[in-house]
Amino acid sequence: MSGISDVTAAPVTADERLTTTSWAARMMRRPEVGAAVAALVIFVFFSTATDAFLTASGASTWLESSAQFGIMAVAVALLMIGGEFDLSAGTMVGTSGLTVGVLATHLHVNLWAAVLASLVAAALIGALNGWLVVSTGLPSFIVTLGTFFVLQGINLAGTKLVTGQVSVQGFSDVPGFFDARWVFGSSSQLGGFTLQVSVVWWLLLTAAATWVLLRTRAGNWIFAVGGDENSARQVGVPVSRTKIGLFMTTALAAWLVGMLQLFKTSTVQASTGVGQEFIYIICAVVGGCLLTGGYGSAIGAALGALIYGMTLQGIVFAQWDNNWLKAFLGVMLLGAVLVNNWVRQRAEVRK
Amino acid sequence: MTGTEDNPSEPVISEAVVSEPVVSGPAAEAPKLPKAHECIIEVQNLGKSYGSIIALRDVSTTVNAGEVTCILGDNGAGKSTLIKVLAGAHEHSEGVFKVDGIERRMSSPRAALALGIATVYQDLAVVPLMPIWRNFFLGSEPTKGVGPLRRLDVAGMKRITRDELLKMGVDLRDVDQPIGTLSGGERQSVAIARAVYFGARVLILDEPTAALGVRQAGVVLRYIAQARDRGLGVVFITHNPHHAYPIGDRFLVLNRGRSLGESAKKDIGIDHLTKLMAGGAELDALAHELRRT
Repeated sequence: MSGISDVTAAPVTADERLTTTSWAARMMRRPEVGAAVAALVIFVFFSTATDAFLTASGASTWLESSAQFGIMAVAVALLMIGGEFDLSAGTMVGTSGLTVGVLATHLHVNLWAAVLASLVAAALIGALNGWLVVSTGLPSFIVTLGTFFVLQGINLAGTKLVTGQVSVQGFSDVPGFFDARWVFGSSSQLGGFTLQVSVVWWLLLTAAATWVLLRTRAGNWIFAVGGDENSARQVGVPVSRTKIGLFMTTALAAWLVGMLQLFKTSTVQASTGVGQEFIYIICAVVGGCLLTGGYGSAIGAALGALIYGMTLQGIVFAQWDNNWLKAFLGVMLLGAVLVNNWVRQRAEVRK
Repeated sequence: MTGTEDNPSEPVISEAVVSEPVVSGPAAEAPKLPKAHECIIEVQNLGKSYGSIIALRDVSTTVNAGEVTCILGDNGAGKSTLIKVLAGAHEHSEGVFKVDGIERRMSSPRAALALGIATVYQDLAVVPLMPIWRNFFLGSEPTKGVGPLRRLDVAGMKRITRDELLKMGVDLRDVDQPIGTLSGGERQSVAIARAVYFGARVLILDEPTAALGVRQAGVVLRYIAQARDRGLGVVFITHNPHHAYPIGDRFLVLNRGRSLGESAKKDIGIDHLTKLMAGGAELDALAHELRRT
């Protein structure tokens, strides 16, 4: 600031411009710093407070728990950075699982074909969400709340109509089940540690999302459409295309989680995923995403999910009443929103 | 005021722009900058009417390379209409609009941009939370690598941003900071530097000093001088004669959609300019009315 008034007066040497910002200042600017610190605190806390948490089997449990939330949280974080919400993300998980379950067990469709059909359905529902939001200009909160209820209704009524029950049974008897399970439900033993394939998916997706966000044109556009839609449009960013793509990404992540749950447990309830959409949003917010869009990170959302997974299992290990989880979740959310708000004010204060 | 459309329920224009391949570097197709003081834009008896409403009539002026043409006028004087015609957002309905001596009818801002006419609107079209270097290239990001490894040329983007800003006389230690943390004047300079880098020969600045304090306005006037000294033609729209007079080479005063005349700097003093702009007689009447009795 102080240098502005004499910018034209003082010729600047090239060397001066090479000075780098300090490492600490660089770190503090990252959206995920708060979540990383919180994750570390919670890790240390449960490691000392319970015996089971730090064991190989304990770690396998909380990592797997984190993974399923993490995959969704990363996708939801991208969508939130793009300035939108998806309240139908939780029921989408149920819809994709149920589609495969019903097609394969009751209609005897080839398992891989059923998986593919479910993938296409998820992509179409995501595209529909996105198209409705960009073409009507309505808040995505309302549009996807509508989709949420529609899917919830279809999940329950549709499943009952075909199977006569509210869940899909006998899925493990479907031909090809064990092949597909290798992709979606397998695990490998490393000593006492069980690495679930869902954890691998989680890590891969977090890495891919981070790459897209920070190093591609699409990532630049995601930040721009969430940060200031009008400015983005004025400089030629394809706003509609970017937003529809984000809704499709979220739906496809829900499809993946649907598959992971289905092949892990070999059953799926019609009520699967209802109420989970808020947990995804909370994980993303705890990871540094602003509710108003334009700011956040995929790694942060993954850390948010890790915090949730560790707490979920840590409370079990500590043999507390697991209703405390909800109270904890609320405190984390409020804390994160306050921190994020402060960050935003710092970034925008000098208009 | 937003760029191509002042009507927010009309996003069609911008989406159409989007589908075209976006300029991915300094516009190679833009014509070259002529020598200093040579004419780039010339308008004669320009008029624009919207249905039966005549928003602008009989406006004549020129924009020369390395000179600043100031367009002054009170609210509703027709400044916005004139910018829209010059920027290609609206077609003129009367008169002659020449670029490089060739008569033109421009149907879109993109057509104007292809001729090297760039407009920096008041809202600057920047995303406050994004780093300066990302804002600089937003919508026209250079990439390297192929297939799934196609990625932003981050080092190049940062270097170009730093260099281009330095050419404007702005030295930013850190182009990684969110653009929202810059002062209004600095942000204005980023928007100007961006337009220049992407091939502007004529820079249309819509009230760049309107929302700024005295000191910040001074900063922006320096950037305008920088752009002028680099040989660009500048169209500076303002309602403040005290900002226009020190930097302008010619002055066009508009009132209620009509030109009150165009003068070169040597032919007009600031007092006369101020009086002309405020509508001379009206100001005297006001002074009389407000006088203590």
